[in-house]
Amino acid sequence: MTNLEKYDKAFIDAFAVSEGDLPTLKYQDIAAWDSVGHMTLMANIEDAFDIMMEVEDIMDFSSYAHGKEILKANYEVDVEA
Amino acid sequence: MIFDLGKFAGNTALIAENETLTYEDLKIRSEEISGAAGGRCLIFLFCKNSVASVAGYVGFINRKIVPLMIDAGLDLDLVKNLLELYCPKYLWLPEDLRENYSAYEKIYERDGYNLLATNAETFALNEKLALLMTTSGSTGSPKFVRQSYENILANTKSIVEYLQIGESERSITNLPMNYVYGLSIINTHIFSGGSIVLTEKTLFQKEFWQALKNNSVTNLNGVPYTFEMLQRLRFFRMDLPALKFITQAGGKLDPETHLKFAEYSAKTGKKFFVMYGAAEATARMGYLPAEKSLEKIGCMGIAIPGGKFELTEGGELIYYGDNVSLGYAESGADLILGDERNKRLETGDLAKIDADGYYTIVGRKKNVW
Repeated sequence: MTNLEKYDKAFIDAFAVSEGDLPTLKYQDIAAWDSVGHMTLMANIEDAFDIMMEVEDIMDFSSYAHGKEILKANYEVDVEA
Repeated sequence: MIFDLGKFAGNTALIAENETLTYEDLKIRSEEISGAAGGRCLIFLFCKNSVASVAGYVGFINRKIVPLMIDAGLDLDLVKNLLELYCPKYLWLPEDLRENYSAYEKIYERDGYNLLATNAETFALNEKLALLMTTSGSTGSPKFVRQSYENILANTKSIVEYLQIGESERSITNLPMNYVYGLSIINTHIFSGGSIVLTEKTLFQKEFWQALKNNSVTNLNGVPYTFEMLQRLRFFRMDLPALKFITQAGGKLDPETHLKFAEYSAKTGKKFFVMYGAAEATARMGYLPAEKSLEKIGCMGIAIPGGKFELTEGGELIYYGDNVSLGYAESGADLILGDERNKRLETGDLAKIDADGYYTIVGRKKNVW
């Protein structure tokens, strides 16, 4: 699986959304991405990339797009590569 | 009148993102909103953690207008079902939901909320009835708990007593006010002259923690899941000098998490209260005194002031108190019903009691509720 596939799967598993909805997805946009869903998403992403997210990044992780930037900047995970 | 707002006129009552209301402001605002609805009737209150929602609630309760509390985000089909079943005279709702109810006439607006008149044929209300609350969050179930003025007053006074909530107490809304635990926080603080920071932000947003710190919030309240989130956010490492106590309700906390928060509290000098309740008992029935939280891990505690527990032969926990609600409603026709419980509630929970008189919930009776 590529990094992008892993990243997408983390969202799809957490929120039962389709791939097409992902690019514009934001925190609290859909009922499933509430604070409980956010916990699941963070766990999925940590498992997928074998990383431990910092508190600041967990709070900053406000959208599908911004999450990619956080992973690249702070965890050496390039989702687009 | 349950909320004597004039008594605390100069105190801060509500702190929202862009305005702060004193008790005098809240008195004027709540009377204006409830005045627009006139007198005793049923109203659907679409709840958000906002000034209009809280001021509306306080005004309606004081004017003996009965709010049926629902989440502002509740699915439209579910709301329509409730409208058909309960036939309220008015809706008090965020203006962005107005378009869903275009057949209703807007008769008043304030702070981003609209008061809509349904002109429906309404049902008679029992004189004791104060409030209708759901049993489990925002499911949209037509079943509501009928709470009386006496219920609200009795439970509020008990909670204020054991948590020692006074004018210097300040909470923050991380629970919704259509949930009995969230509402009990609003009731106890407004009853005692304390203050509440109103935010729609969640624990996973920086703005929530900024609001908590900048406003020197003194207490934090959560359901079991909140405590998982707090650990995820490394709560134990946060510097929160103003925070005096933390409460937990809404389901049994696992003993491991209970222990961690009890240890944190012992170390930092903050108080940690494990509590027990249900919508059927207005909100609260039991609590574990903070000084026992390390000693009695996994325990739910003792009955609140004015309440009493008893175990049946089968081990079911029975609660007695003035906060035991009148009963359920499943449609508007039930709103005329009086007290069906006579201050006695079969909780449906199985419990055991230890040698010191502390209760632990051990399971759930089958076929209840």
